[in-house]
Amino acid sequence: MNIVVCVKHIPDPNIPGELEGGRLKRSGVQGVLDPGDEFGVETGLQLKEAHGGEVTLVSMGPPTAMEAIRRGLSMGADKGLLVSDDALQGACALVTARVLAAAIKKSGPFDLVIAGVESTDGYTGTMPSTLAELLDVPQVTFVKRLDSADGTIRADRQTAEGYQVVESPLPALITVTAGVNSPRYASFKGIMAAKKKPVDNLSIGDLGLSSEEVTSMQQIASVGSAEARKAGEVIEDDGTGAQRVAEFLKEAKVI
Amino acid sequence: MDFELAPEQQEFVRTVRAFVDDVIRPNAERWDEEHELPMDAVGQMAELGLFGLPFPEEYGGSGADFLTLCLAIEEIARVDSSLAITLEAAVGLGAMPIWHFGTEAQRKELLPPLATGEALAGFGLTEPGGGSDAGATRTTARLEDGDWIINGSKSFITNSGTPITSFVTVTAVTGTKDGHKEISAIVVPTGTQGFEVGKGYRKMGWLHSDTRELAFNDCRVAESSLLGERGHGFRNFLRILDDGRIAIAALAVGLAQGCVDESLRYAHERSAFGKPIGSFQALQFKIADMAMKTELARIAYYRAATLKEQGRPYKKEAAMAKLYASEIAVDVARDAVQVHGGYGYIEEFPVCRHFRDSKILEIGEGTSEVMRMLIARELGLPQS
Ligand SMILES: Cc1cc2nc3c(=O)[nH]c(=O)nc-3n(C[C@H](O)[C@H](O)[C@H](O)COP(=O)(O)OP(=O)(O)OC[C@H]3O[C@@H](n4cnc5c(N)ncnc54)[C@H](O)[C@@H]3O)c2cc1C
Repeated sequence: MNIVVCVKHIPDPNIPGELEGGRLKRSGVQGVLDPGDEFGVETGLQLKEAHGGEVTLVSMGPPTAMEAIRRGLSMGADKGLLVSDDALQGACALVTARVLAAAIKKSGPFDLVIAGVESTDGYTGTMPSTLAELLDVPQVTFVKRLDSADGTIRADRQTAEGYQVVESPLPALITVTAGVNSPRYASFKGIMAAKKKPVDNLSIGDLGLSSEEVTSMQQIASVGSAEARKAGEVIEDDGTGAQRVAEFLKEAKVI
Repeated sequence: MDFELAPEQQEFVRTVRAFVDDVIRPNAERWDEEHELPMDAVGQMAELGLFGLPFPEEYGGSGADFLTLCLAIEEIARVDSSLAITLEAAVGLGAMPIWHFGTEAQRKELLPPLATGEALAGFGLTEPGGGSDAGATRTTARLEDGDWIINGSKSFITNSGTPITSFVTVTAVTGTKDGHKEISAIVVPTGTQGFEVGKGYRKMGWLHSDTRELAFNDCRVAESSLLGERGHGFRNFLRILDDGRIAIAALAVGLAQGCVDESLRYAHERSAFGKPIGSFQALQFKIADMAMKTELARIAYYRAATLKEQGRPYKKEAAMAKLYASEIAVDVARDAVQVHGGYGYIEEFPVCRHFRDSKILEIGEGTSEVMRMLIARELGLPQS
């Protein structure tokens, strides 16, 4: 089974982020493999262990994004592919999906593409769906449990009310939630082995993409801080307190 | 001179730190209260390959160097000294003697389960009658019909009674040579008749590490259980202890760093007289000293470990690192409690446990007095 996992290198979410011209400052800050993507890597590794095959990590980012690929390789993935190009700075989700689609097609035939539900820095959550469309494969999003992946996949798909059991033929794309598994830690042996694993560095020229295709359609108009939460209502109990609380919950459609 | 760790060591440190934060930190206080080695956590440490770090892959290890092992011990000790000593003793005292002094057959048989962490082993040197004076060993072993018959007792033996302990290597007098006691090391498998493992001690610290008294009554093991040459037991364990001291220094640095981290946090959070306590110069100076001592102790153990890796003499540097790191660890832990005020005396705050865990560092694997004697000898001072 050939599995592709999309991985993203993001500024360490445990350190308060800084803005730079309306965008998150990325250069010169401590970066990590997006913690959400660790679940994708783990899903890929478990499938490989069950069905054989290879796990390829694909990423788009500046040269330092290789750290995220190295991390995934240390966990046990087989090879990596990084697309780096100055022209891609500040790429929107659509451009990112185009670049990743081209990179995945270039890396060879695949059975399954895995991504996180959304990145921990941008939180748009639109990239994986766009990618599935560009690859022309079915998508199963919000996977919280993966049953089988033998010719078809069967997955529990998280919804607001509960979950759906979805089946899809392969090749397909899935996005995994943080509940899907517990990612393994990279062992020292894994870290050493990762140093010898093959990684490819590609530019947009190598992917045959035109400069038009990689021009962002989105512009960031402005960035502001979220409105501070308003103070809540304090109810002094004069005997009708319970009544008032019940009304409040009804208004909120909780009861 | 380059003070940077190799990139793979840095990455490994980050991995171990994440593991410690996820698996150990949320539970350390409870384990301390339960006084029992948490075997689940030991199993997870094994999965991470920690118990086999410095051994070659063909023996189930990871092929890392000794410094990398020390880095892992330091990371764990920032949060949990009991698990850090469990790892330190498992590798340094349990597996290392087999690696250094075992025959190829012994290495092949005994090392892989230890390196993968499926089993633990202990090293029994200290006796009720004396630890510092290790030459005063009273335990005896005599050869009879191709077997060693062992009699005597050992005290304070780490990892000797866990559910997965597979053997203990003990030192015993196997005869006399030129009027001197001939001391040898012998591997005694758990469960051997006549080998009794006592209950755990009621200790001041290291509460969830396994420490026990051992008794040998006509305990019989095969002649091939001899580890290293007959009569070389004393010389061999001195070598093992040199390495162990670097690892204990790493453990002490970890504990001190944990105290610095907790104190820094508390100094921001806690206010008195309308200001964060960290703004008072008295506490600033205290915390600055704590951080400085910790950093210097770290450099001392990095240096000793590096000398060892390079195959250069490191006996003196190992003793200095152990002595300095363990003494500053006790100082730093005491100061960390002071920074925390009354809360430092309460178990919900990790510095309380760190303070209890620190004292043993000045005693185990050679007391501070023994370290000073060793350094003095290495300096060539006249011996009494
Ligand atoms: C929790 C724990 C775990 C341990 N794990 C192990 C283990 O796994 N294996 C093992 O073999 N041992 C182990 N030990 C034993 C430890 O190594 C000894 O306790 C230590 O070496 C000191 O020996 P002792 O207790 O007999 O003290 P003693 O040797 O009786 O020392 C008492 C005091 O006298 C001082 N002293 C002794 N001789 C001199 C001298 N010539 N000059 C000046 N001062 C001197 C000492 O420094 C000390 O202050 C452990 C101990 C503890 C508490």
